[in-house]
Formats: sequence, structure tokens, C-alpha cells
Amino acid sequence: MITAEQKPLNEIIEYITPYDRILLVGCNECVTVCAAGGRKEVGLLASALNLHFLKQGRTIDITELTLERQCDPEYVEELVSEIDRADAILSMACGCGVQTIAERYKEKPVFPAVNTKFMGASESQGIWAERCRGCGDCLLGITGGICPVARCSKQLLNGPCGGTSNGMCEISPDVECAWCLIWERLKALGMEKRYEEIMEAKDFRPAGGGGPRKIIREDLSL
Amino acid sequence: MKNFEPEIVAFCCHYCAYTAADMAGSKRISYPSNVKIIRIPCTGKVDAIHIMKALEKGADGVYVAGCLEGDCHFKNGNTRARYRVEHVQKYLEELGWEPERVAMINMSAGMGEFFARTALEFTQKIKQLGPNPIKIINTDKNQKAVS
Repeated sequence: MITAEQKPLNEIIEYITPYDRILLVGCNECVTVCAAGGRKEVGLLASALNLHFLKQGRTIDITELTLERQCDPEYVEELVSEIDRADAILSMACGCGVQTIAERYKEKPVFPAVNTKFMGASESQGIWAERCRGCGDCLLGITGGICPVARCSKQLLNGPCGGTSNGMCEISPDVECAWCLIWERLKALGMEKRYEEIMEAKDFRPAGGGGPRKIIREDLSL
Repeated sequence: MKNFEPEIVAFCCHYCAYTAADMAGSKRISYPSNVKIIRIPCTGKVDAIHIMKALEKGADGVYVAGCLEGDCHFKNGNTRARYRVEHVQKYLEELGWEPERVAMINMSAGMGEFFARTALEFTQKIKQLGPNPIKIINTDKNQKAVS
């Protein structure tokens, strides 16, 4: 999923201070799972903003709404009935959601309330870690299900480097060496021979090196 | 604000703090009437939003009273509550509010005297901090409207 973290309150407050009526929109997808912009966080942020403005003697009208998905025009359409009553929109979705709203409601300013971080997985309750860089040409089939592009600090395709130490990366004792993980996994699977094969330089054009990416499915598009 | 009597919301776990309050009553130990108790099945049920809403509605202080560490009836509800209280405290700090307005307190069902003492101490602390900033603004506004 896409992970995100709430922006510092000062930055959010700075964005919305010029406006009196705010439409605060959350998203029921990834940002709900990583507790950054779901229904609960929308309520919490609305409450915090109310505390801030009431302390200044100012009342602002905050409408809370959480969409099923902010990155789909069909769901963003649901804001139509609320949009006229708002001076600005504050989105708690990832960058995709913010842009979908900005594209649909061109006449209203849209501000992000979260910083979109990375594509990650949950390691345990409250901990998310990067697992995919969206390189467009998945290598997991030959690296034992562990991604060197996302998890090796140097994105080495034939690692590990000399910085590995007792299974940890030189950048931090808390970061596991992806290539040690790959080796251990291949060994456990009895696929050590895979490790012997040298991987050629990766084509990073599908990773975004060729400009903004797009998927067109003619069988699905209307 | 003269003669300030704070309004304090105490989220009390059914299995400990609420029973401790009961115990205080049985022992005829008085505690300030400023403390309004909300009984909850476990402090793990208290979310950050409940604390924030209490402050938004005008509470001068909020505390969550749960079981002693390691003694939660539901294993770790009180630990979760502590993290949530700390989260709200950070939030309040970011907003320029006093984080001391919110607290997590642990006690067992038999600690009636401790419950009463805690209620008294927390009330005194909030009296020192003064009213909820929102109340001050509203009072000033009302006074201006009257004059």
C-alpha cells in the first residue's frame, strides 16, 4: 500500500488560515490502513484545527467526509454536493487523491494534509517499511522474494557490497542488508545457483526514467 | 478568571479506577466534584478523538485512569491508552496548548485513597494552568458583548 504521515500541524494551519469553510476529506484505502488519513484521522485533525482556531477566537466551519477512494473519479464525484459550501479542500489522501480532487474541482484550492511516503508493508502494528519502488520490471522471482531495488541502500543487483556487517547494512545497524536476506532465503529454498548468475544492468526506463508512467488497458477502457 | 473551578473528565476503567472511585466512596474519602467520571470497559477503548473532543467541548483537563501496568483485564489496553495519551500530548504541544491538561494514571481497584488523592492533585494542577483557552476567549467575547 501507499504509506503516508500527517504533515506538521503548523504547515496545515498555514494552508487553511485564509479560508472560513473547509472540506476535510479522508480516504478509506491505504491512508486508513497506515492511520494517516482515514475517518478517524479526519476527526482528529478537525478537532485539532478547531482547538487551534477557537483559541484564536475564530470559528471555522470544517466539514468532515471520508471517501471510499480518492484516486478514483467515481468516488471523488461524491464531493459535488459539498463543494459549493467550501472555500478550500484539505485532503488527507496520498498525492494521487489530492491530484484527482484538484483535477475534478478546478475552481477550489486543494491542500495536502499528509506527506506521501512510500509503497510499503506492515512489519508489525504501527510499523511500516518500504518494500517496493515500482520499478516496472519485477525482479522478485529471481531474488527469493526480497527486492534489492527497494531494500538495498545502493540498489545493487549483484550484492552484497563491502558495507554489510552481520546481516546489517552500513547505513544503520537497524537496516537489514537486503542481499544477506536474499542469500539466506535462496539457501533455504535450495536455490543457491540463482545467486551465481550475474544480473545485467537494469533498464530503469520502466521505473520512471522515461517520464510519467501510464497503464492503458484497451480491454477495460470505455 | 476568578473562582475558577475546572471541569475535568476522567475516563475510568470499569475494572480498576472506577471501582477505586467506588472504594473511595465506601470509605467516605471525598474528592473534588470537578472530576466527572466516564466509565469505560477498558482504557484501551479510549481513543485520541475522545480526549480531543472533550477538550474541544470545553473540558479544562482530561485524564485516563487505567489498571496498573501489566494488570490490564484485557492484557494491554492500558498500555495502548498510555500511547494514545502521549500522542494527544504531542498534538497539544504542536498546537501551543499545555500537554499537562491530559494525563494517564494507573491504579488498582483497591486504591480508593490514591484515586481521591489523584483527583485532588490533578484538579489543583489544572487550577494552576487556568481554564481551557477556548473558554477564556468565549468569556472575553461574552463580556464584550454585554458591555
